[in-house]
Amino acid sequence: MTQTNANNPPQARQRWMSILARASAEEMAQCLANLPALPAAETLRAPETGLVMVRGRAGGDGEAFNMGEMTVTRCALRLGDFVGHAYVAGRDHEKARLAALLDAALQDPARQTTLLSAVIEPLATQQAAARQSEARKAAATRVDFFTMATMR
Amino acid sequence: MSILSLGFADPVLDAQASFRAILEAMSRPGRIQRIPARITPPAPLCPAAAAALLSLADADTPLWLDAGDAAAEWLRFHCGAPITQDIGAARFVLACNAAPSLAALDIGTDEDPQLGATLILQVANLTADEGWRLIGPGIQHEHRLRVSGAPADFVTAWAANHGLFPRGVDVLLCAGDSIAALPRSVMIAEG
Repeated sequence: MTQTNANNPPQARQRWMSILARASAEEMAQCLANLPALPAAETLRAPETGLVMVRGRAGGDGEAFNMGEMTVTRCALRLGDFVGHAYVAGRDHEKARLAALLDAALQDPARQTTLLSAVIEPLATQQAAARQSEARKAAATRVDFFTMATMR
Repeated sequence: MSILSLGFADPVLDAQASFRAILEAMSRPGRIQRIPARITPPAPLCPAAAAALLSLADADTPLWLDAGDAAAEWLRFHCGAPITQDIGAARFVLACNAAPSLAALDIGTDEDPQLGATLILQVANLTADEGWRLIGPGIQHEHRLRVSGAPADFVTAWAANHGLFPRGVDVLLCAGDSIAALPRSVMIAEG
């Protein structure tokens, strides 16, 4: 299903979908708690869990190989004229439902600005902070293999 | 842009019930079965044809259809079946308007007759106990079936299709929520 219009360039939608996919159900529910409730959505595809084959490629020119299967939960629902999709890792059905609901609501120009500032930006900040703290922890344990070379 | 609507209300039980009805229709050619699932597909799809495709088609079965963009989008979303423009490559063919010629469809091979296409033909009405006389496996004496809205030369084309056995095309006739099947093993005589 392709839904492109002036309000939703694919990059913007990719960005919020990737942020929603990384957020947990509680985080999304927390962000939504301060906002007026979204209208009831029609479920097109109830959350369902399945396996997706992850393919890898060694280097830019290597042969593609099957790296392994991962558990993915998908959901699709309709909010007014907008169809929201979510494919999230894991088996949390509530998370998939909330991510699809937010994807649908974010496509609606009337709601987009509010939701971007109330849900997507705080989640993006949280995720960036988590990534940075992880990177700092890793950086602290870095071993510099050139030390030996300079000692000589 | 069309708006997607719901497929089966209960994907598991409705698909199983529809599959059972199709199996029953296939094993008793010409007997009219009702699809028990309540389903509201986009026009021009009728509930029986939609339920048949949702139960049978999937990512491995290329689908050809003449039902327009809304129906194509709905089927692609709910079945995940690839839509093909090449009618000879399709495993399922959905005809809502003028029926395509049976000879244009994939009939499988002698080694793999199961690869023959299934034509899902939407017709105006199905009536039992009058019209065509059907004989063949699954029928003790004869079944009668009147199909209003079938192509005029269907019985002739069917005789050619039947002659290809074990290769050939199977047909599901759908009208509203009723479904009747013509597996390739059945013979049709005009009533």
